[in-house]
Amino acid sequence: MFTSTLSLAFSALLRNKMRSSLTMLGIVIGVAAVVMMQAMGRGATAYVGEAISGLGSNMLIVIPGSVRGMQQSSLGVPLFTTGDLDAVRRLAHDVSLVSAAGSRITRIVAGPYNRQVTISGVAPEYFAIRSWGSASGRLLNAADERQAATVCVIGQTVAEALYPGQDPIGRELRVRDIACRVVGVMEPKGASAFGMDQDDVVFLPYSTFSRRIMGSDRVQVFMAAARSPEVIEDAKSQITSILRRRRHVLSAEDDNFAVRDPRELQALLQSVTGMLTSVLAGVAAVSLVVGGIGIMNIMLVSVTERTREIGVRLAIGARAFDILNQFLIEAITLSALGGVLGIGVGLTGAMGVARLIHVPFVIPTLATPVAFGVSVLVGIVFGVFPARRAARLNPLAALRYE
Amino acid sequence: MESPTDSSPLLTLRSVVKVYGEGEAAVRALDGVNLAVHTGEFVAITGPSGSGKSTAMSILGCLELPTDGSYLIEGVPVQDLAQDVLAALRNSRFGFVFQMFNLLSRTSALENVAMPLVYAGVPARERQRRAREALALVGLAGRENAHSNQLSGGQQQRVAVARAIVNDPEIVLADEPTGNLDSKMGREIMDLLSRLNHERGITVLMVTHDPNSAKYAAREVRFHDGRIVSDDKQVA
Repeated sequence: MFTSTLSLAFSALLRNKMRSSLTMLGIVIGVAAVVMMQAMGRGATAYVGEAISGLGSNMLIVIPGSVRGMQQSSLGVPLFTTGDLDAVRRLAHDVSLVSAAGSRITRIVAGPYNRQVTISGVAPEYFAIRSWGSASGRLLNAADERQAATVCVIGQTVAEALYPGQDPIGRELRVRDIACRVVGVMEPKGASAFGMDQDDVVFLPYSTFSRRIMGSDRVQVFMAAARSPEVIEDAKSQITSILRRRRHVLSAEDDNFAVRDPRELQALLQSVTGMLTSVLAGVAAVSLVVGGIGIMNIMLVSVTERTREIGVRLAIGARAFDILNQFLIEAITLSALGGVLGIGVGLTGAMGVARLIHVPFVIPTLATPVAFGVSVLVGIVFGVFPARRAARLNPLAALRYE
Repeated sequence: MESPTDSSPLLTLRSVVKVYGEGEAAVRALDGVNLAVHTGEFVAITGPSGSGKSTAMSILGCLELPTDGSYLIEGVPVQDLAQDVLAALRNSRFGFVFQMFNLLSRTSALENVAMPLVYAGVPARERQRRAREALALVGLAGRENAHSNQLSGGQQQRVAVARAIVNDPEIVLADEPTGNLDSKMGREIMDLLSRLNHERGITVLMVTHDPNSAKYAAREVRFHDGRIVSDDKQVA
């Protein structure tokens, strides 16, 4: 009985292909919007999560300048001194590692090749803070730092660009007028949360970098690692109070530096995608309601058009329940089909966008069945009224309907 | 006016009154009708339009209930039955043939004929078999897949007759079955109905205003102004 009712619903819908597909459109759009947004939001969050875990698990970044909300201004604000770093290293109990970090974009030359890259000056602790190891050769060490040695460690992208098909270890690399010896190649790290290639980099000892490239012993930025993920907040407040004291910030004043936890970015992104999702869910809800009203409208038209058919069916023994079922299942088939199409469109769209912007494609495992369930629900809610109207027809009046 | 047979009647109308509308606009379509129909009879119900014959047919077919009086099927009063029981009665004991054929468009002859069996809960394969048999019986073997618009009026009416008998009913109710057909096709349908009456013992009640069609019936009940004015049993 059910299968014959279902096939009846399909043949009734196929009879008016154009009308059925236009009626489904509202549901398709609503469901596609939700599924696509969910898939993209999940993809972006997964991507940022990956990128951030690549930064090092307990890492904090300390930058000069005052921060209000998303805005940051470092104009007229002093940089850090090596003394500040020493103080943090000594006094902040929950900080295990500290490394100064400076960077410059500069042209480098190796043999016939040259390339514009980011030169980073870092202390040996930097690699532990970012939990980043070398793929071949060695990392920068304390002796390099002490002697301001002219050695460097290069990223995978630089290695491939400047030494194609060769082992870069032991070769010469010229950074401006400094001839460095390549002592190591980093493990590949991929793109950062902002889409920058983190492997397009050359690391110099911080002492070499500050003396020979910056010409100043002031520290632009430094990084610190908390002892464990649980004490990140403690580490943050210890660094803050040490720096406020050393930088003579009055108690009434705001910090003239900021201690950043990259996870904040993830939380921010989650709240942004969450907000976007709820806005889109609202749009989708409106679209589903409009789609549902469309279904109701078409079903009412269909009931009127098929009044005689209903009369014949009642005359040959259909119960009111059978007629109710027939029209309700037709409405549900319409909306469920719209839901399935919407899921298909949404996932395909999300997959296309993910491929385009190189973000992982995640199937929203909760949103997909929920979207389907909601489309079925729309069919039931908006199908009941026309179906009841059909079921309540008087058999004789229906038969005589012109 | 009672039937001469001594067995109890299959269908009985007792002082049946049917009023449409209310107050000033009320129309008394039936005004105290008494009628008994026995199993195996072929009854023609005739009369001018507005005489109440179609209303009587609708009440006999359980499509509507009398305003007053009672309608009994094998002695059971119909007004006491629930809607779903009436639907089941229409499905299993009655077959309907309409003037306008009332086949579903864009649906094959076979599916049209099988439709009552869907509501009887017959499995799909069995439905197919029985619908084929019924179509063969009305002389339409081979036209199973034809849609209504590919069939002539006479053929459509034969599909409708096949639909009426597919569930082995005891009674076929035909409302002006030849009204939309030319005389040749009309004769074909009348031959078919009388064959069902003679060979299968199906009780046939037929509303008609065509004297030629009425001649096929063994009994003619004539209506006028909501009352039965004559009830003649012809010698077949």
